Formats: sequence, structure tokens, C-alpha cells
Amino acid sequence: MTALRGSSRTAQKESRQMLGHFLGLMGKSVFTALVLAFFVIPVLWLVFAPFDAHPGLNVKLPEFTLNNFKVLFDNPTAIASLGNSLILALGSMVVVLVLGSLASYSLSRVKIPGRDLLLYTLLLLSSIITGTAAMVPTFLLMVKLGLIDSQFGVILVLSGGILPTVIFILKDFMDSTPKSYEESARLYGAKPLRILWDVVIPLARPGLATIAVWAVVQVWGNFLVPYILLRSPSKSPAAVVMYTFYTEGGQPNLALISAFSLLFSIPVVAMYFFVNRRYGFRFHGGIKS
Amino acid sequence: MASITTSSLIKEYPGGVRGVDEMDVTIHDGEFFALLGPSGCGKTTLLRTIAGLEKSTSGSIKIGDREVTNMEPGQRRVAMVFQDYALFPHMSIADNIAYPLKIQKVAKTERHSRAEEVGDKLSLQGLLERRPGQLSGGQQQRVALARAVTSRPDVFLFDEPLSNLDARLRLEARTFLKKLQPDLGVTTVFVTHDQAEALALADRIAIMRSGKMQQLGTPREVFQRPANTFVASFVGSTSMNLLKGTVSAGSVLIGRQRVAIPTDAVDRVGDGQEITWGARPEYLDISLVAAPGGLEGTVTVSENLGASALITVELPENGDLVQVVVSEDREPGIGTHVWVTFEPRRTLLFDSEGLRIGD
Ligand SMILES: Nc1ncnc2c1ncn2[C@@H]1O[C@H](COP(=O)(O)OP(=O)(O)OP(=O)(O)O)[C@@H](O)[C@H]1O
Ligand SMILES: [Mg+2]
Repeated sequence: MTALRGSSRTAQKESRQMLGHFLGLMGKSVFTALVLAFFVIPVLWLVFAPFDAHPGLNVKLPEFTLNNFKVLFDNPTAIASLGNSLILALGSMVVVLVLGSLASYSLSRVKIPGRDLLLYTLLLLSSIITGTAAMVPTFLLMVKLGLIDSQFGVILVLSGGILPTVIFILKDFMDSTPKSYEESARLYGAKPLRILWDVVIPLARPGLATIAVWAVVQVWGNFLVPYILLRSPSKSPAAVVMYTFYTEGGQPNLALISAFSLLFSIPVVAMYFFVNRRYGFRFHGGIKS
Repeated sequence: MASITTSSLIKEYPGGVRGVDEMDVTIHDGEFFALLGPSGCGKTTLLRTIAGLEKSTSGSIKIGDREVTNMEPGQRRVAMVFQDYALFPHMSIADNIAYPLKIQKVAKTERHSRAEEVGDKLSLQGLLERRPGQLSGGQQQRVALARAVTSRPDVFLFDEPLSNLDARLRLEARTFLKKLQPDLGVTTVFVTHDQAEALALADRIAIMRSGKMQQLGTPREVFQRPANTFVASFVGSTSMNLLKGTVSAGSVLIGRQRVAIPTDAVDRVGDGQEITWGARPEYLDISLVAAPGGLEGTVTVSENLGASALITVELPENGDLVQVVVSEDREPGIGTHVWVTFEPRRTLLFDSEGLRIGD
């Protein structure tokens, strides 16, 4: 008898536990769904709105049309701006890769006092260069250098902002290539640049690929710097041009903006998949004490 | 082809550790030379200083008649095989082997035919298209060697070239090296902490301790006539028996037993002098009947060495241990009362500083 009662009590306890567990699971699922919705809805808009004859700010199944794209392709600034974005992104990528690998290699191999302090300070200050706070001095500097309304000037400023992070990450890759590889090459008479090219860069390739994509994405999406430093619409990148798509009535031209946004985001997503497949993203190492 | 000469060479690391301390050594043209010593004694440091990968603190290095002390590593015409082989993982074996030629700006077709030629010599046929990661340790070692050969250096430097191989492969690679080196005829310095490897391979051996040279000589010399007790106990597959004693009335008193003064040391020691008596286990023998001039004791341990056995005999008065190698069918049982016998010319005396007495 007692045994039976005891077992029924444990059964009760178990079912209560299960109920709690179930409720907890429900709560968690609902919460996750809400958070997910928060992120998914803009993406859904990005996918649906371009194909909608009357796009609004809400997500709805489109009345299917390709007319938005036709309007977009008829707009000369829009397409040219994508080309400008490409110039800025690839230009910065090249500057960042060349200077970043040279700097990180030297910093990894040459012992100078206060090296780590230098690196951390650079990292800290880098967010300021391309940030809002330094825009006025940056602008004045570029005026003095005669680099206003020059894509080259924009590339320099953007690269300057990205480089410290790049150097920081690449230095870690450089640190982890065994010294004996280089020493061996050195004994056969290879000069430092030759060693960098033949031995260090091939070994740091996954890191360089990651950095390249990251740099492109950073520049591709940057609005502030080109907006301030470029004057002519013919030189402006997509991120800036998009801002100018208004209807005659002064309303944002959602048809044009949505189609353009989709076009604007495709290269970045494509690049992500390409690099991820080829090298896998490896931000390993990162920060060492 | 060149000799190597270091004079008063010192390499001091920041913090004051001397990896190489006052090293004077001449390595002859075409010689197979071993640097032997315990871990941390500065073998790698000396090798790297000769290569120019470490800058010497003072002293000078000559390769042939070229003064290289302040030369860049790439100008010294030395090739080094690193302990981890340092093969470039992203290049094919052929490209690895031909890399020195690439730096010398040799044309690609010529590079590949040279790589093939050297690959043949080092039994690497059929592997040239692979990557280093697809080779066994022994093959990788030969690729590293091949790369060194392609650069046609004056001097080869090997840092523990065999230590990454398993025991059997190591013996194979050892024989291979021993055969290859005279073929190539290039002066070769190799570092090892394995005395058997040094004895087997080298024409001459330098034994180091704490950055200082202890002895330089042929394998036979360092084995039979070690300069001091350190070399005596470091060289040899079983370490030398070293017993404390005093010279007394024309013989050596160990505990309460007397042994003859070693042939070398006769007339060089005086009564009452504190000495260390040394004898290699291989040169000792065991007698089951009383042997005059032998050391009397009891067998306590018997270790099988395959075709022989290492017998440990405890001397009665002070518990001194003497080890003896005997052939397999003659090992006495534990607890047997025995006499350890020897020829006095096979024994050595060391003074209180540990230096060998005799010439
Ligand atoms: N970069 C360095 N900085 C400071 N001290 C060092 C450095 N490299 C080696 N040493 C010290 O110099 C001494 C000799 O080192 P070395 O590497 O030459 O020894 P080794 O004989 O090659 O030993 P092993 O057989 O373990 O390789 C050691 O005491 C070591 O701690
Ligand atoms: Mg070493």
C-alpha cells in the first residue's frame, strides 16, 4: 500500500516537473520566434518588396512585377553607383591587404619596445577615424590635401579606418607561421619580401581571404565617409546614391529603393558564400594576452 | 667544400645565458662532424650561430678562407636541415627541393630537372608531385636533405636530423646518411644528444656542456680516453663506472679493496691523492672464483640487453655499485658472490677536478 502511494506521489511529482519543463520550452520557443521575427521581417521585405507593384513599408506577398528593376536599370546614376561602390571596395581591399600584410609581418617579426601598446592604441583609435567624431578634422585634412571629391581620397580614409583591425588580426596569423620556414628560406638567400611572398603569404591565405571579404563589406556599406568627401553624384557609391531616391512628392521612392537594395546586397552575400566554401571563415586566435 | 673555424666564439642571449662560451673549434673540409651534449648545452645555438641565424656576441667564424662572422645567412653558403624539416606545406616536393634554385633565378625547366636528379639520388622517385603532408617522416627528412643538396652549399648543418623518426627508421636513416655524406663530400656538422648516433656517424665528435667544449676527438678517442668524468659518463651506451678512491702504496684503494693503478696513470699520481677510478662495463668481466686484483662483491641486479646482460655488483664495505656487461650464457644469478676482473690498461683515473690523469 505504502509502496503504491509512494510511487503515485513520485508520478505526480514527475508530471509536475514535465509540465514545468514544457512551459519553459514554450516560453523559450516564443521568445526565440519573436527575436527571429525581428530579424527576419526586414529580410523578407528585402526579398518581396522589389517584386511588388506597389511596395510599402510593410511585408506582404507581392503583386508580382519586374517593373521596379526596369525603372532601376533605366536610372543611369543607380547602375553607375554600383560600379563606384565596386571601385571603392576593391580599392580599399587592395590597399588594406598590401599594407596590412606588410605591417603585420614586420610587427610580428621585429621586436620593438611597446609594440603591443602600439597595436592596442591603434585598434582603439581606428574606430574614431571613420566615425562621426573625427569627420570634421578628416574633412579639413582632405581639403588641405586636395583629395575632396576624389575616390582615391575616400579609399585612403576608409583603409585607414580598417587597417588597425586588419593588422591586429593578421599579426596573429603571421605569429603562428613557424619561424623555421623563414629561416630555411633565408639560408638559401631569400630576402624578406621574397620570404613574405613565397612563404608567409601562402600560409596566411585563409586569414587574408577573411580580411579581404571583411574589408569589402565594411566599405560597401559605408555611407558617411563617401557622403562627406565626394561631391559629384557620378562618383558616389550605391550607399550614398540610394539616399537620393525620392519621388517628386518628396516621399522615398520605395519601388526604386527596394529593387536597388536587393541588387546592393547580392555581391556581399555571394562573396560570403564563395569565401566560406573556399577557405572557411577563420578569425581564430584573435586576441592574445 | 670548406673547413669551418670558430675562434673564441661567444653567443650570449639577452638575460646573460651563454649558449656558446669561448668556443674554439676547427672542422675539417669534408668532415662528418658531430656536436654532442645533453639538452640545453648549446648545440643548436652553436649551429645557428655558424649559420648566421643568431648573431655572435664576440669571436669570429670562418668558412673556408671567408670570414663570415658578420655576413647575412644567405651569403654564407650553408644549408641547414631543421629538426622539424621546415618543408613548405603549400609547395609540391619538387618545388620544395628546387626552392634554392628559384631564389638563384634558375629557369623553371632546369629547376625541375635538377629536382628530379637530386630526388633520384635520395630515393624520392615518384613522390615529387606530392605535398609534404602526404609523406612519411623518413621521406620528409630526405626531402629536407634533398633541398639542402640542391643549394650546393659549402657546409651542411643538421639539427637533430633523426630525432623525429622512430627507432627502426632512425637506424635506417643513419646508415643512409653515413653512406651519403662521403658521396656528397660536403663538410657536415650535425647536432645530436644521442651518443650512439654521434659515435656511429661522425668522423670526429665535439662534446659540449653549458656552452663549453669538453672534448674534441674521434669516436674511439672520446670513448676510450674521455677527457673528464662528464664525457666518461655521457659517452657510451652504458655509462662508465666511476668509483671514489685514494692512491696508496702503489695501488688504488676503493673502500678496503685494492686495484692496480691504470697503465696511463702510473707514475703520475702520488700517495694519498684523492682520485676517481673509472672502467667501462664493456671492459669488465666477472669471475666466480677468487681473482687477485679483482673487486669482490655480490650480484644485485641483472638486466637483459639481448645478446648480453648488464650485471650490477655491490661492493661490500661502502655499497659502491659496479656494472659489468657479460655475454648472455654467462650471467651469474642474483646473490652470487663474484669477482669483477679487468685489464689495468682498460681502466682510467680522474683527479679531484674530474680531469683524466694520463695522456
Ligand atoms: N632565444 C633564446 N633566448 C634566451 N636563451 C636561450 C634562447 N635559446 C636558447 N637559450 C638558452 O641557451 C642554452 C642553449 O640552448 P640550445 O637550444 O642551444 O640547447 P641545445 O643543446 O640545442 O639543447 P636541446 O638538445 O634541448 O635542443 C639553453 O640554456 C637555453 O635555455
Ligand atoms: Mg637543440
